[in-house]
Amino acid sequence: MSEVLLSATDLGVKRGNRWLIKGVDISLEAGQITTVIGPNGAGKSTLVRSLLNLIKTTSGDITTIKGLRIGYMPQKLKLEDTLPLTVARFLDLGRHKQHQLSPQLWHDLLHECRAEKLLNRPMQELSGGETQRILLLRALLRKPHLLVLDEPVQGVDVTGQVSLYNLIGQVRNILGCGILMVSHDLHLVMAATDQVICLNQHICCSGHPEQVSQDPAFTDLFGPQGAGNLALYNHQHNHHHTSHGEIIAGEHHEGCDHG
Amino acid sequence: MANFLLWAWLGGLMIAAVAGPLGSFMVWRRMAYFGDTLAHAALLGVALGLLLQVNISLAVVLVCLLLALLLSTLVHKRIIATDTLLGILSHASLSLGLVSLSLFDHQSIDLMGFLFGDLLAIGQHDLLWIALACCLVLVILVSIWTPLLSITVNEELAQVEGINVAWMRTLLMLLVAVVIAVAMKVVGVLLITSLLIIPAAAARRLSSSPEQMALLASLLGMLAVTGGLALSWFYDTPAGPSVVVIASTLFFLLFSFPRSFRLS
Repeated sequence: MSEVLLSATDLGVKRGNRWLIKGVDISLEAGQITTVIGPNGAGKSTLVRSLLNLIKTTSGDITTIKGLRIGYMPQKLKLEDTLPLTVARFLDLGRHKQHQLSPQLWHDLLHECRAEKLLNRPMQELSGGETQRILLLRALLRKPHLLVLDEPVQGVDVTGQVSLYNLIGQVRNILGCGILMVSHDLHLVMAATDQVICLNQHICCSGHPEQVSQDPAFTDLFGPQGAGNLALYNHQHNHHHTSHGEIIAGEHHEGCDHG
Repeated sequence: MANFLLWAWLGGLMIAAVAGPLGSFMVWRRMAYFGDTLAHAALLGVALGLLLQVNISLAVVLVCLLLALLLSTLVHKRIIATDTLLGILSHASLSLGLVSLSLFDHQSIDLMGFLFGDLLAIGQHDLLWIALACCLVLVILVSIWTPLLSITVNEELAQVEGINVAWMRTLLMLLVAVVIAVAMKVVGVLLITSLLIIPAAAARRLSSSPEQMALLASLLGMLAVTGGLALSWFYDTPAGPSVVVIASTLFFLLFSFPRSFRLS
């Protein structure tokens, strides 16, 4: 097993009387791609933002390795039109004083992200897909141990999505970093993922993609249609649900109280 | 040239120079209304300074800073929409300032001077303070330029990258408060924001980098101060408003330029 970069136990965020997420255990390893999936309002972004220490958690502990460098790609970037900023300058802002990419690596990543021709353009004139690629590139500039991507393909067309996911897979190979990714489209993500966490306030099921795709909790959450897209994976049940959704046996310690 | 005109001109130039980069940040961060609120609160600072018999500029800085901190707390708690909150606090503090000033002896207070500035009343002593304050603000601004730009682009990204966002925000507010305290002399509390916002907005069309915009805003502000003083001298118009009139004219002139026109 590779090094655990960040782990959280019993993570919970409560706003008002409502738990946005509750009792979440998560562990992120170097070189592994972890994808959080779940319906809208499931708390995916809340989970990511609490792991990044951007919002206060109500319960739980987060431990990280010492000096953990995180590259973060936010869901989207809203830039004021009044701010004159070129792509090159935007990228410069993300550089780390000590931890810089080697010129060769920088060149490779620039090429992979197809960003060479964008460098002198104003940020505000980029298309959705171009913006996402530049955001990814900026997240990579500090040679992160952990890359955190919140819905990286939002606002990108389908062909762009495929190439962006390929790009993310390549980045993992090049930098060897761990990746935490949020997504709500299923089949595109599954192929490039080592660990899937299916979130709906709590963790409904988690594990390898083929394992999760056969999980009744997963089918409950996305319906047979959504889950059917993944039916090509082998069926490897490790637990069963009762008619109330309680788990009879398996690694899970929490039942699904929805759907 | 008369000495008092020279002092006025130098003081105005220094403030315009600082207002350029600081005003650019206010434009980028949509702080125009926020600046207005702080400026109005400056009047309350004047009243407090007179009441407690402490240095007026110091009282203004302190009141502005307190209000800025109060504002950011209230905004954070989301009690009410931010623009409504600013509207309430802005006019509440202006009125409170006017009411408290009216309690003092009318003869000794130049209310119009506080409201619209009294550039021609700047003396050597004031000039020294303006110079000190402007230098301080410029030095701090330059030293935190990059992190400040980072939080302006995206606060969450900046925080993940290790920048202390809350501290940077507070520091920026402190700088705005200091500039308001000294700029009050030039254009008065009602017109301060225009000196910060208008040159920066005018510079936008011509700039392709943040630094260019900041520098250009300084130059345009200095041009406005010079032009406004000339207007005031030759046609006997009030100095503060004349500066703002010239700045606005520059803004509209520059915005009639074609969009493609940029300095490179």
